Amino acid sequence: MDAIQKSLLEQVAGLHEVPEGAYNIRANGQKAGRNTTANIDIVTKTDKDGIDIIIKPGTKNESVHIPVVLSMSGLKDMVYNDFFIGEDSDVTIVAGCGIHNCGVQSSEHSGIHTFHVGKNARVRYVEKHYGEGDGSGENIMNPTTVVELDEGGYMEMETTQIKGVDSTVRSTTAKLGPHSTLIIKEKVMTHGKQLAKSDFTVDLDGEGCHTNVISRSVARDQSKQIFLARINGNAACYGHSECDAIIMDEGVVSAIPEVTANCLDAQLVHEAAIGKIAGEQLTKLMTLGLTEKEAEEQIVNGFLK
Amino acid sequence: MLELQHIRYDVEQDGDNKGILHDIDLTINERFVAITGPNGGGKSTLAKVIAGILTPTQGRILFNGEDITGLSITDRARKGISFAFQQPVRFKGLTVKDLITLASGKDIGVPEACNYLSEVGLCAKDYIDREVDASLSGGELKRIEIATIMARSTSLSVFDEPEAGIDLWSFSNLIQVFEQLHKKINGSILIISHQERILNIADRIIVLADGRVVNDGPRKDVLPTLLGGAPGVCGALADKVK
Repeated sequence: MDAIQKSLLEQVAGLHEVPEGAYNIRANGQKAGRNTTANIDIVTKTDKDGIDIIIKPGTKNESVHIPVVLSMSGLKDMVYNDFFIGEDSDVTIVAGCGIHNCGVQSSEHSGIHTFHVGKNARVRYVEKHYGEGDGSGENIMNPTTVVELDEGGYMEMETTQIKGVDSTVRSTTAKLGPHSTLIIKEKVMTHGKQLAKSDFTVDLDGEGCHTNVISRSVARDQSKQIFLARINGNAACYGHSECDAIIMDEGVVSAIPEVTANCLDAQLVHEAAIGKIAGEQLTKLMTLGLTEKEAEEQIVNGFLK
Repeated sequence: MLELQHIRYDVEQDGDNKGILHDIDLTINERFVAITGPNGGGKSTLAKVIAGILTPTQGRILFNGEDITGLSITDRARKGISFAFQQPVRFKGLTVKDLITLASGKDIGVPEACNYLSEVGLCAKDYIDREVDASLSGGELKRIEIATIMARSTSLSVFDEPEAGIDLWSFSNLIQVFEQLHKKINGSILIISHQERILNIADRIIVLADGRVVNDGPRKDVLPTLLGGAPGVCGALADKVK
């Protein structure tokens, strides 16, 4: 890997060198490194581009890194990654995509990640998106996540997109079995004329299942964000979605909740708050000696931390 | 140190000009000065004028001999004026440590940040990583607000009713905080308060009513008149205080 790819890798996966444990690094549409462990197998798909990540039942405290980096302008990359997470396992999966585009053509990465989470398994899934490059070519990412949680399964999904991605449509669908839990935490900051759309659909099918979809975002300049949260309560369950957004400059944020209770015992809540930074927050930090600009930065950084 | 020269502050109300402060003329050099008086008398407005949050309609403000009337909130803060809000501001995401670090203006370590929290009677380890958001009670926020002022340790600290919103149980602790502050702080404290126990530790008491200074002098002269019903202060209220 070259220096640009290494720097992207650091941005999206916090990695300086090859990670410990299982990993699969994809650079410019090609496999750039792979490691499997006794409990975690990674297999290249034969029918389409992508990999199967198979985690044995009972695997504890192991991690899988599957970063993707693109440094070639005009590349359109599309992968299918399937995760099979065995019963009673407890793992962390770190995915991420970094694009460095210094050309004039658009670079695009679309990934479809499907999670089959076994009975009583716990997964922490971290996904970071980052784009850079001084060319006029756009950085486009369209991640799709499909989640199926078996009885008692638990998945926490953290997605972060802070910089440099011109256009993104994130689509997440999930089906929850009995007593399973899905927590989604999304952080987005958009600049310039960027567009970020998040579309979540969670089907609460199993009795006693629970979801919490939380989005914190900042829209600057003329950027636009759309947050769609669709929660269907099909059993005695609890669903909550929350969109908390700061708008700056001419930024636009839409929050579109849709909660449907198909069962008398479903409890569904949606909250949304969109607004500019409160004047008194700026004033308070200015009385501590910060300029208005510095105060703004501190508030935004804290909000997205 | 602080000179207020003919400060006037008007607001427009239903098309009319309403005077909130009328010709306030004060020179403050003492270490602990309390401003008291009835609600709506202009105390908080005066504090905000000093901090630069409000711009006076007329008059000049001098700080250590320099005219700061035209300076921003930030510039005044950097020159050494601190301001504790009557209703502290909440922030989603900023932690207590973040706020104290920003206040001190340098990257202080956890032990130092904890010291400030202990000074205001908060168990540091329970609070240092908490977000300064709606999960904190009003009393906890007030203490954190005071801790940020201590971390700044500037030559002038203005407190706008630090006792407001604090329960009786916490109040005596708060008095101790101010007694300590009086001993330790290098600069001057200007405190807006209705509390006799705070007035009791002031070097000087200024009574503000209807936007005017109605009484001003050393504590021993002013405090007895207050408890007896000062001009402009509601007699019935003063009776209750007695």
